[in-house]
Amino acid sequence: MKNFHYHRRKWTNRIFVFLCGGACLVSVLVLGLLLGYVVYKGISAIDWAFFTQPPTPVGEPGGGMANAIIGTLILISIASVIGIPIGIATGLYLAEYGRGRFADSIRYLTDVLNGLPSIVMGLFAYALIVIPMGGFSGWSGGVALSLLMIPVIVRTTEEVVKLVPNSIREGALALGIPHWKVILRIVVSTAKGGIVTAVMLAVARIMGETAPLLFTAFGNQFWQTNPSEPMAAMTLQIFTYAISPYDDWHAKAWAGALVLVMMSLLFNITARFFTMRGLKKM
Amino acid sequence: MRVALIHPLIKRTGEGDRNRLDSITLTQIPQEKSERAVPSLKQKSRFNAERLFKGILLLFSLLILLIVLAIFFELIRSSSLSLKTFGFSFVTGRVWDPVKEIYGALPFIYGTVVSSLIAMAISIPVSLGVALFLTEWAPLWMRTIVSFLVELLAAIPSVIYGLWGIFVMIPFLRTNVAPFLQETFGFLPLFDGPFYGVSLLSAGLILSIMVLPTITAVSREVFLAVPQELREAVLALGGTRWESIRLAVLKMSRSGIIGAVVLGLGRALGETMAVTMVIGNRPEIVASLFSPGYSLASVIANEFSEATTPLYLSALAECGLILLAVTFVVNGLARLLVRKKSA
Repeated sequence: MKNFHYHRRKWTNRIFVFLCGGACLVSVLVLGLLLGYVVYKGISAIDWAFFTQPPTPVGEPGGGMANAIIGTLILISIASVIGIPIGIATGLYLAEYGRGRFADSIRYLTDVLNGLPSIVMGLFAYALIVIPMGGFSGWSGGVALSLLMIPVIVRTTEEVVKLVPNSIREGALALGIPHWKVILRIVVSTAKGGIVTAVMLAVARIMGETAPLLFTAFGNQFWQTNPSEPMAAMTLQIFTYAISPYDDWHAKAWAGALVLVMMSLLFNITARFFTMRGLKKM
Repeated sequence: MRVALIHPLIKRTGEGDRNRLDSITLTQIPQEKSERAVPSLKQKSRFNAERLFKGILLLFSLLILLIVLAIFFELIRSSSLSLKTFGFSFVTGRVWDPVKEIYGALPFIYGTVVSSLIAMAISIPVSLGVALFLTEWAPLWMRTIVSFLVELLAAIPSVIYGLWGIFVMIPFLRTNVAPFLQETFGFLPLFDGPFYGVSLLSAGLILSIMVLPTITAVSREVFLAVPQELREAVLALGGTRWESIRLAVLKMSRSGIIGAVVLGLGRALGETMAVTMVIGNRPEIVASLFSPGYSLASVIANEFSEATTPLYLSALAECGLILLAVTFVVNGLARLLVRKKSA
């Protein structure tokens, strides 16, 4: 009887190892299937024209996504110009002065901002910019994206700045350097790698965003580099192509997906590599 | 054997100690005290520079507060027309008819909730399994690699999940999974009727992959925070590894797990593109998971830029407002649960 009980416990243990290990296997397998299909379908559809030409009308072969690639870059630039200063400044504030209730509520709000659905940012930018400006524009798309960047930069900056050892700060203060100069010259330059990581993670996040652009940047089938006009973006283009009924466009969607995934992975992996190395150094 | 079990502990407490460094507060920099008679000119200017710098940083932080308030304000303002016209019946109305200008959001709420519930039902056991395996059984190298791979899932843009859903997952479901479900569980209303491909089930499945990294990452952190002594106590009494998990790890991290799940739920409720691409976009309330549905986020995504009348726009903005309010509450709750545990 005792023996039976013992075996049952042992087998329960084994079953759960098996189940949990299986869950791991399944998750990695799903990632493999996702990436595998994107690469497999994308490779066959990608060519030089994809990077150099704007789209052609339906049925006409050739053409690419060059306008959308440029559009995405412009949108990311607008978002970065707005989002990076706010993000880094707030992150610094929270790390260096962030004690007490006010700082905690800012942290809370940052988390809230981080969790809001991205489409809400689109609605916000629409009400704030598209309506007063009287039309869809690259500016509004950039603003919507910047709101998604800010929380990522704030939290990551705060974390890396807090990792800077206090001995460095104290050493500088002991030399009579004022606190603000210590932050600006010494703390920031020590945490530089981490702050770059924060920015990269934020850019990686907004690169793949579609929802906030649907009714702000709106998308555009033609060359357009003026941010006051509706602007193309890779994600919008992929979306349009994916839900269209044309095989030719589906192939283009896969090609776009391949480029987007590769860029996003590149940014994420580089950022992670930087963090790991940075942490080891400290 | 025991030694091998204790070994990871050493590394783990090491990690904890490093994090604890954060909490050591920096000694306050003695600022020029007011009781000092007359500060010299140099001291005075430094004091001002100090205040100026802090003030600038503070101003940027206030901007965050301003942004969150502005988002709420703008969304309430945009949806005021619909709020006034329909009142509470907006959330109970089952008819969404832009032609007759009747707007009821219940089908969208239904679709959002059902697809998120499917996602949770699949994702919770899988991600907890992954997190447990990584923290309790896997060697360190495996933990590093697999958690990295799982987090990569979060790096894939949602429009690509949608694309993959349309062209890879749905055909697979149609040929392999749906017929099986229909044959085995066809008597349930859940799996009734023909499988269209685009459906609540497809949306739920895609979502379950998308929230997996969130739940896994958070619950992994929570499990790692459980003191090793508790596990060892169970092992020392002759318990198996699983018993140490059940009695020590899971019991200790209950609120953290709930937090992780709620956080994942927040992600699922607000996810837009992937759901829009596979849910079918039909504003109906049907019990069968095989039939197309619609969600709050996807109705905004699909119809907002085509909405012509002020009431239509306003009704869509109100869908956004509902989404905003729900995710606000859900995320606040999750933060509370996760923080309390790890503190």
